[in-house]
This record gives sequence, C-alpha cells and structure tokens, in this order.
Amino acid sequence: MKVTLVRDRCVGAGQCVLSSPEVFDQDEDDGVAYLLCEEPLPGNEDSVHEAVDLCPAQAILVAADGNGAS
Amino acid sequence: MSEATPVSESTEPMFPMARQCPFAPPREVTLVQADRVVPRVPIWNGVRPWLFTRFDDVRMVLSDPRFSADKSRPGYPLSSAAAAAEAVVPPTLLVMDNPDHDRYRRLVLSEFTVKRSESLRPVVREIVGRSIDELLAGPRPGDLVAAVALPIAMSMVCELLGVPFADRDLFRTRTNTANSMRVTTEEAAAARQELHDYLVELVRRRERDPGDDFISRMAVRHVRSGAMSHDVLGGMALLLLTAGHDTTANMIALGVLALLRHPGQLARLRDSDDPRVAAQVAEEMLRYLTIVQRGIRRIAVEDVRVGGRLVRAGEGVIAAINVANRDPERFGAGDELDTTRHARAHLAFGYGPHQCLGQALARVELQEAYAGIARRIPGLRLAVAEDELRFKSDMAVYGVHELPVDW
Repeated sequence: MKVTLVRDRCVGAGQCVLSSPEVFDQDEDDGVAYLLCEEPLPGNEDSVHEAVDLCPAQAILVAADGNGAS
Repeated sequence: MSEATPVSESTEPMFPMARQCPFAPPREVTLVQADRVVPRVPIWNGVRPWLFTRFDDVRMVLSDPRFSADKSRPGYPLSSAAAAAEAVVPPTLLVMDNPDHDRYRRLVLSEFTVKRSESLRPVVREIVGRSIDELLAGPRPGDLVAAVALPIAMSMVCELLGVPFADRDLFRTRTNTANSMRVTTEEAAAARQELHDYLVELVRRRERDPGDDFISRMAVRHVRSGAMSHDVLGGMALLLLTAGHDTTANMIALGVLALLRHPGQLARLRDSDDPRVAAQVAEEMLRYLTIVQRGIRRIAVEDVRVGGRLVRAGEGVIAAINVANRDPERFGAGDELDTTRHARAHLAFGYGPHQCLGQALARVELQEAYAGIARRIPGLRLAVAEDELRFKSDMAVYGVHELPVDW
C-alpha cells in the first residue's frame, strides 16, 4: 500500500491520527496532517482505510502496490 | 424576521417534527430514510428545503463545494430567525465558504490537534473531579446539569480561550439568546454583538499583554502580523465560546441519562480503567444522541445531483445528521445504544471542511466526564421519574434542562 496525503485539502480534523496514529500525525506548528510512513506495514492497512473513509476533506489517497493513487 | 411567512394551505408537518421518544429522532424523518425518499419539507419561514437522511447523501451534501454555508444567501434554509444573525455579527468560519474558510481555519488549526487536546487531559480531569466534588458536597438531590455538565464545559472553554470564568454568566445568557428559537434576528444579533465587542476588547488587551491562552497566542502570531484582524479573531473566539460549551454540556448530561437507562453499559464503563472503553462510550453517545437535532443546513450554488436527486442552484437542503447517524446501511441496528460498537464514522461533528474544529478536545471532555461520573458516583440514580424531565425539544441543541440525581 502507498499512501498520499494532499496537504492543501487537510482541514485538521485529526480523524486520521485517531484512526491510524502509526501512519499519520499533525504538524505542531500549523496543525496540518502529515505522513509518518508512506508505505505502511500490512498490519496498519485497515486503519489507513478507515482514515481514508473518515477524512472529512478527502485528503488521503491510497493505492495498492504497483498502482497509481486512486 | 420575527413575522415568518406562514406555510399556507398545507397540512404537511413542519420540519423539524416533534419527537415521539426522547432518545430517537422524529418518526416522520426516520421513515423518510427507510422509504429512501428525499422530500421537500416546509420550515418555519416558508422555505422548502430538500431533506437528506441517508448517511452517504448527508456526507456528500456536507462536503461538496457546490453547497454553500453562507447564511446571507437568499433562500438559505435558516433553522431560526436567530440563525440569520450568524451571517452578519460577526461572520465566523461557520458561514464562510472556501477559499476564505480554509484560509482562516488554517491559522488556528495548531491549537486543536489531537496531541494538543490530549495534553489538556489532566486539566480536564481536574475540572471534572472538582465539579463532581461540588455536586457530592451539595444538597441532595443535585442537578447534574448545573453542578457538573455546565461547569465542566464552561471551565474548559474559559481555560482554552483565556476568558475569565467570572464572566461566565455573560457568556451563558448571551449564548442562550443567540441560540434561541424564540428570539428575533435583531435580538440574536444584539446578543452576538455584545459578546463580540467583549471579545474584541479582550483581543486588544491580550495583544498588548499576552498570556498563555488561545486569544493571546493568536493575537501575537496573526493579529500583529496582519493575517487576522481584531474583528476576525474576536469572531473566532465567539465561535469557540458559543459552539464549545453548550454542545459539550448537553452531551454530558444527556449521555449520563442514557447510561442510567442502560445499567449494564454504565457498569462496563464504571468497572473498567481502559481508556478505550471511555472512548467507545463517548463515540457511541455522539452517534446515538446527535444533539444537533435540526440538521445542518446548506444552499446549492450550482445544480448538483445527490443520491439521484437533482438539487437546483438556489435551493436549500437539510442534512439530517441525527437520522444519518442511525442509517442501518452504515451502523446496523442504529436505534440501539451499543457502547461496544465502533461508532467513529458518526456525523455528530459534521463532515466536510466545516467538521468541528474542537472535536479532539470535545472527545477528551466527554471521555473524562462519563468515566469520572460513572466511577466517582457508583450509586448515581435519577431523583425524579423520567417523564418529569424537561427535554430541549424546541432548541437548536438537544439535551435536558435539568437532571436531578441522587447517589
């Protein structure tokens, strides 16, 4: 899995950090989310999918290995 | 605005309809979801917005930029006369569309991150403990709303913003007026103006003599640089003050009542010291209670198709988050309170760019309040018959006026 975060869309709701703290964090200075890891371990994939679903700004994109971001 | 255009020659019930059960949305609105229809419903001022109730439709309405939150647009399905005042005194994030909305929201985001809110947990815990002490030291029965729920929510918002707790009566009474369903636009605007003037003056004071609080930090960082005017920061503080305390206080008291009605789930919370249990309880309460009971309103600025329904530019819509939060397609047995379910997809904080800015802090407050009350007052019980309780059926934010309890 490859994760992309579109920073310009982020509204700082923090849903991704609650869903998947291993993969997402928020910048202390501007509150915008960033990726701790672009290619999460298989054990974190479910939580990343939840983050994609819950992000109110559709700022997270994932692609299966070998595909373009969807 | 006080003289609403009557909805003439119609026997259709006006939205929102009355609840039949204090813990469920009105049956008429639930049926709309079950029947998979999207009706137009008359509201108080004669406008007939579309009513969306399904989870997916509601998420689309709240996140699609073709819907505007600008309450000054003609035909906007305002929830009350008072709501019209929100568009003008002062315009806050709530009524801004992009790009303005995101630009201003971004300036304050760092104050509301998950970690930042977590770091306030010890403060919240201390405030919760102190409020419970006061309830237990006071007369029996006591009112959980006045003694615990409101002081917790009010203390936190004062702490966060750096406004004196001594001025809480001013905030409380003016917020009540601004959120009332019974006042005119002018009365609501006057209450908002008074709060705004107070907060802008506070911004000026903190700009000169900053402390360790939201208003001070934002004044130093953004007002001095010119990124925000005094008015805009005052408006931001007004939004946090009015949106931040009433909602949380109502969620605390109504949630405790829901737990008292489900003793097994109350016992599970009381007997566990796992923070994940308190977190589950808070999320499920947000889903199940969804106290923003009149739906979130928008107006289409272009033609847009939602769930097969074409909404024309200029038409209003209501996103009924309380019913969407029980959509069986998303939540299964949505009418049941089940604090073991994974409820975080709920829309109680809204969805889209306007999703609640203070949600991380609200979560900490609810978790600490529910867990603190359950554990510190194991013998907690209702001190009156349930049908004697007064529910806030006619207010923007649902809850109970008082919650008399004994222990």
